[in-house]
Amino acid sequence: MVATTELIYQRPESFTDVHTHYCPGCTHGVAHRLIAEVLDEMGLRENTIGVAPVGCSVFAYRYFKMDFVEAAHGRAPAMATGIKRVLPNNTVFTYQGDGDLASIGMAEIMHAAARGENISVIFINNAIYGMTGGQMAPTTLPGMKTTSSPLGRDVELAGYPIRMSEIISNLDGAGYVVRRSLHNPANIRKAKKAIRLAFETQQRGLGFSMVELLSSCPTNWKLSAQEALDFIAEKMVPVFPLGDYKVHPTLESLKV
Amino acid sequence: MAKELLKGNHAFAEAAIRAGVEAFYGYPITPSTEFLEYMSARLPELGRAFVQAESEVSAINMVYGAACTGKRVMTASSSPGISLMMEGISYIAGTEVPAVVVNVMRGGPGLGNIAPSQGDYYQMIKGGGHGDYFPIVLAPASVQEAIDYISLAFDLADKYRALVHVVVDGNMGQMMEPAELPPLREIPDKVPDWAVSGAKDRDPNILTSIYIDPVDEEVTNLRLLKRWKEIEKNEVIYKEYEVEDAEVLVIGFGTAGRVASSAVREAREAGIKAGLLRPITLAPFPADRLRELADRVKRILVVEMNSGMMLDDVLRLVKGKVPVEFYGRMGGMTPLPDEIYGEIRRVAENKGPGAQDPREDWIPRLEKVIAGEK
Repeated sequence: MVATTELIYQRPESFTDVHTHYCPGCTHGVAHRLIAEVLDEMGLRENTIGVAPVGCSVFAYRYFKMDFVEAAHGRAPAMATGIKRVLPNNTVFTYQGDGDLASIGMAEIMHAAARGENISVIFINNAIYGMTGGQMAPTTLPGMKTTSSPLGRDVELAGYPIRMSEIISNLDGAGYVVRRSLHNPANIRKAKKAIRLAFETQQRGLGFSMVELLSSCPTNWKLSAQEALDFIAEKMVPVFPLGDYKVHPTLESLKV
Repeated sequence: MAKELLKGNHAFAEAAIRAGVEAFYGYPITPSTEFLEYMSARLPELGRAFVQAESEVSAINMVYGAACTGKRVMTASSSPGISLMMEGISYIAGTEVPAVVVNVMRGGPGLGNIAPSQGDYYQMIKGGGHGDYFPIVLAPASVQEAIDYISLAFDLADKYRALVHVVVDGNMGQMMEPAELPPLREIPDKVPDWAVSGAKDRDPNILTSIYIDPVDEEVTNLRLLKRWKEIEKNEVIYKEYEVEDAEVLVIGFGTAGRVASSAVREAREAGIKAGLLRPITLAPFPADRLRELADRVKRILVVEMNSGMMLDDVLRLVKGKVPVEFYGRMGGMTPLPDEIYGEIRRVAENKGPGAQDPREDWIPRLEKVIAGEK
């Protein structure tokens, strides 16, 4: 009798063989894996240049087995623009958190989208600054307690969360802008499809693409891993509705 | 190629194109805007990259990105714009990627004005951005020199994986002069082995300025310093005029140096033994040459279009061997040859000891000049 084995799960080619520094229960690892799987499936690893941000994912380049650069805080879309314009046949993506993309890097993300830069942006929205220890982010929910809004975000003083996908989808240069969530397997599968479509957008030269991923930060939210995932579903999704905000007509018929 | 009548900013931009610049990212600011305008027409014509960024912050980070690909890339701006770029400049230096930044300096601080100045000497030469790094700084004094040294800037940037600043002022950006452009260089198709280009058939290249372990950062700082020592040894450039028997040595760079050369000529005609040292590389500074000359001359006059910034470097190197005097104009004022000639005459006749800070003697003299002009 011959024993047969079927390989159903392995480390993507696009990953390095190291452990990440992320906290237990954090969804950065899931987001990283989805990107790696998509790049593997599209055969893009050897063609891709990633742009890492400043924030918890500052060391993202340690985990992806591909060329990477490390941007200044918020400037990843500018750096990606600089690269893509001289290497138009390479795949260029940024990986950015909410502080990076929606606060200090607001100008860079808006104008990269407005110019229709053929880059893909993976936007991790966990409503908090992770690396610096849990301060209020531009996406922090009203009433949410952080180390810099200890009584809860008071919208009278600190304003309201910014919905980036909605804003960017209004720019003509954007080809694909969607919001997904990483709080359960069904949503993770949808997130992967969206990441695939973002890179397909870039491959087809259809303009700027961004996938916003609602993500958890159990450490700074001071919740257990499961509670943090529940927090996304119950508290974040109502403020940041999941959905397709801009889909280029060419992508509508695409099956991935 | 024959000489043509060329406008400074246009000539500088074309010089960069001839040197093989593949991308220009910038933001409009007077008095450097023609640089950007010229590039916006020429680069797309050649199939090269041009982006008018949303800010200088973004422009320099685009430069940073393209620099990581090993392509020749540059930006041009003017003082307030350069201040905004200092973040990216520090990252470029920290990542050890080559880039060229042209600063068409204007009067400051703050919004200042759009008139020619050399007030960014400290900012350009001493770093300006955060952390330990050493930019190469070239200071041409004519349209032709700017053309020549912009080409050299790219070669030096590549050779040392370094940041090279070219500092000019509004005079040179805006003036028209006969000059000759070099032929269009071919763009090399070889990608440097450190650059990002897609990790095909090789290990990934990671370009970053993070060294989270302080020991690693220290090793990096040391590498940058040792490279700088190499640059100091190999790349000093200066021009001299009538220094051999000079008793009064005038030192000035860029426009101030050029105006001073007219004044030195006038002084010679009047029988005063004056000579001129005009540094082209402000960094690395022609330190050895200045030390040699300081052993021979009787007095030094530093002329600048700022409050005496290079003066501090001269004082540091001369170490009190001979009295050093200063004449500067600030705020966007350019000194006239007669003003500097008058200073040379005064200095030639002054036998007294030099002041601890030459600015102290200069301030009342300048106040008189301003009062006379008002």
